[in-house]
Amino acid sequence: MAETQTNGNAQTYVGTRTIRPDGVDKVTGRARFGADFNLPGQLIGRVLRSPHPHARILRIDTSKAEALPGVKAVITRDDFADQSSEFIPAGEMMMNYKDVVRNVMAREKALYEGHAVAAVAATSGAIARRALKLIDVQYEILPHVIDVVEAMRPDAPLLHDDLFTVGVEPKPDKPSNVAKRVEITLGDVEAGFTKADVIVEREFRTAPVHQGYIEPHAALATVSEDGSTELWCTTQGHFIVRAHCARLLGLDISKVRVTATEIGGGFGGKTVVYLEPLAIALSRKAKRPVKMVMSREEVFKASGPTSGATVRVKMGATKDGKFVAGFAELKYQAGAFQGSPVQPGVMCAYAPYDIENVKVIGYDVVSNRPKVAAYRAPGAPISEFAVESVVDEIAKKLGLDPIELRMMNAAREGTKAAYGPKFGPIGLEETLNSIKKTEHWNTPLRKWQGRGVASGFWFNIGGETCASLTINEDGTVSLMAGTPDIGGLRASLSMVAADELGIPYDKVRPIIGDTGSVGFNFLTGGSRSAFSGSMAIVEAAKQIKADLCARAAKLWEAKPEQVEFSGGHVRPLGALAEKAKPMSIADFAKIAGKTGGPIGGYGRINAQGAGPSLGTHLVDLEVDPETGRVTILRYTVAQDAGRALHPAYVEGQFQGGAVQGIGWALNEEYIYGADGKLQNAGFLDYRMPVASDVPMIDAILVEVANPKHPYGVRGVGETPIVPPLGAIANAMENATGIRFTELPMSPPKVLKALKERGATAG
Amino acid sequence: MAKHHIEATVNGDAIEFLCETEETLLDVLRDTLHLTGSKEGCSSGDCGACSVTLDGRLVCSCLVLGCEVDGRRIETIEGMAQGEALHPLQQKFLEHAALQCGICTPGFLVASKALLERDPDPSETEIRYWLAGNLCRCTGYDKIVSAVQDAAATLRKG
Repeated sequence: MAETQTNGNAQTYVGTRTIRPDGVDKVTGRARFGADFNLPGQLIGRVLRSPHPHARILRIDTSKAEALPGVKAVITRDDFADQSSEFIPAGEMMMNYKDVVRNVMAREKALYEGHAVAAVAATSGAIARRALKLIDVQYEILPHVIDVVEAMRPDAPLLHDDLFTVGVEPKPDKPSNVAKRVEITLGDVEAGFTKADVIVEREFRTAPVHQGYIEPHAALATVSEDGSTELWCTTQGHFIVRAHCARLLGLDISKVRVTATEIGGGFGGKTVVYLEPLAIALSRKAKRPVKMVMSREEVFKASGPTSGATVRVKMGATKDGKFVAGFAELKYQAGAFQGSPVQPGVMCAYAPYDIENVKVIGYDVVSNRPKVAAYRAPGAPISEFAVESVVDEIAKKLGLDPIELRMMNAAREGTKAAYGPKFGPIGLEETLNSIKKTEHWNTPLRKWQGRGVASGFWFNIGGETCASLTINEDGTVSLMAGTPDIGGLRASLSMVAADELGIPYDKVRPIIGDTGSVGFNFLTGGSRSAFSGSMAIVEAAKQIKADLCARAAKLWEAKPEQVEFSGGHVRPLGALAEKAKPMSIADFAKIAGKTGGPIGGYGRINAQGAGPSLGTHLVDLEVDPETGRVTILRYTVAQDAGRALHPAYVEGQFQGGAVQGIGWALNEEYIYGADGKLQNAGFLDYRMPVASDVPMIDAILVEVANPKHPYGVRGVGETPIVPPLGAIANAMENATGIRFTELPMSPPKVLKALKERGATAG
Repeated sequence: MAKHHIEATVNGDAIEFLCETEETLLDVLRDTLHLTGSKEGCSSGDCGACSVTLDGRLVCSCLVLGCEVDGRRIETIEGMAQGEALHPLQQKFLEHAALQCGICTPGFLVASKALLERDPDPSETEIRYWLAGNLCRCTGYDKIVSAVQDAAATLRKG
């Protein structure tokens, strides 16, 4: 096996395609996901949800439900204390407990169809369902608003009469549905446009799409008479769940122990709480364990999705192709409560490019839809779709190759990003070069086929992380991390631990600890878990190595400089090598009790230095002029991973993100009726890509090391969903001559556009 | 109404259970028999996470009633490995990193096994269409298709 050196350690495993330690459990059905946990005596909890998109709740009478035999607890808004307004970070977004308490259980008003209004725990699911029908809720139905542009009108129905737009001068004296206006500027955008030989301005619309994890939300809670609370749930961040539940239920954090079950997909959608506080509240009332699992319809109506948006982009370039000005205005749906990902959308819009003059304005707008949750690079796919479409149009107008145009304007080391920082080493140029060199880029196309390219950017994050390594009595290693493993984390961390300690990979056994077993960890999101987790493991291993060296020095009656750790052994140096023999970790494990006690290391860090990851996607597609259906023929992803700890799982991130992007571009959307109700709350009508919809996705790993990480790692999970929207729209233009500005480019829309144009191109 | 008394074979074992009329085979497997390897993703037959075989035929167990399986033979993910040996499909899914979160994996494995029993040498297109009833949101299907192709080749070699 090829060995390379990083950090002074031989890399035997990092960079190889090991089999994941949790793999066997996952191919045999043994792995326990959210809904697979049960406790003796458990009750089944179910939620009553509002049938109205907007209604004042006048009265809730639960007496008949409570009287039904088998019903053990009923909860409503009265079971949750109100929360004061306070914004706190939640993943890449912000949240406010005043809103969270209202989202998990409606208070004054139901703000979207599917909003929780009451919940029941009963001895069976069937009884709980019957009980829901016995709850009498009196609603005063209010006019609703679904569309973001309509919600911004001065005469739109108001969701919150205490919502005054932040970020505008003068401060508004009337409430509105616009929660916030944000803006970033670099240079002077108006002056920039005067230098432009070509200016392209377009308006785009995107539909809300759901994260689409296959595992519905699930929670199992048990609260004892003294308030001790245990919770098992499917989440991207059990420490965050603990914080939210403790706050909403008035519990000490130390009294709440949360175990993250195996998680069946999240993509950002499992960074918030829905069922968890309800299950605890029901269990507290019933004094029995309560299990709650969402149906797929509930997942669609009451969790996720990400924003739909309206985006206006105006870009200017010189005739040689140098971008001189970029303007954008983004209006993002937040759902029923403020907090859309418009801020990262604003920051990412022009991040792939070196432009002197940039101005991006964003609006966070509430409407009668479920509150949005993070979805993979939250906010970025929407704004970058619009910019990448306009970039393509500029290339066409100037008669330039779209890759060359991007190359000419690519952000690189030293580029000042419009959102603030100066970039360190980044790999956009390398991804563009890799794409240009593919055979894919150079194959001919036929009539009705098109090729498109687009790039994408995501910041990546680090943050609070704890992980431990414990040397067992036989020299094997127990690794404990505290961020849920959503797709290969345990494998990546075990490889780093094995290389750091110089021991075989299969001697490391990783687990994800519960909130009582390991120190605070921020959630799995932002593409941080492998980045930050591996840094914490390096730190833990460092402590072990230092400790073993100290023990050896004592045993050998030597000075510290006479020993060193390498290749899994503490080695005597110089003259000492003649007297003492190298000792392995297993040798120390045997005599741990006699040399200072248990051996272990604990990484407790606030990871900094997350390097952005940039990527470029290339797609070929074919349009069927009879039906408007689009078939993806070929797809290539090139992305900068910094350093791929486990190349197969990095490729998997690229491929999975690309296919989610294909769904977003071509088919997926929330469809509302005039009644404000969601019409496609199921997998049949909310059409995510299936295996026969997509080809193989070629993945090119570009590795421009992140100098701030001991192995050069960058987060890789978010960026792959950013370029597909633009790449596919650009390929559609290439195939049909039509610039599609509205997502999804579903068959009815494509057919309509072809008919309007007279279906002559191709 | 009284519960139904059902006798069936699950992964080779003779079993009996009582179920309500409205309980699905998936409910019975998960809640009564505690075989939680079959997953519930949608309850409408659209995601395939609950795939099992019924007398050798691939079905979504959420679309079969518990009381329909009397006297029939059911195979689930829990019956796929033989002793300590993983089925070649299970092994190839691991080697190809054909799972990320793993929630859809049991369904894909059961469906893929049913495919290879019908056709030991399916084309990529045939694999993609056969597996079109199983949703995976993590992988983009690439590595799943590769794993099935590789497992098929291994099985053909015997």
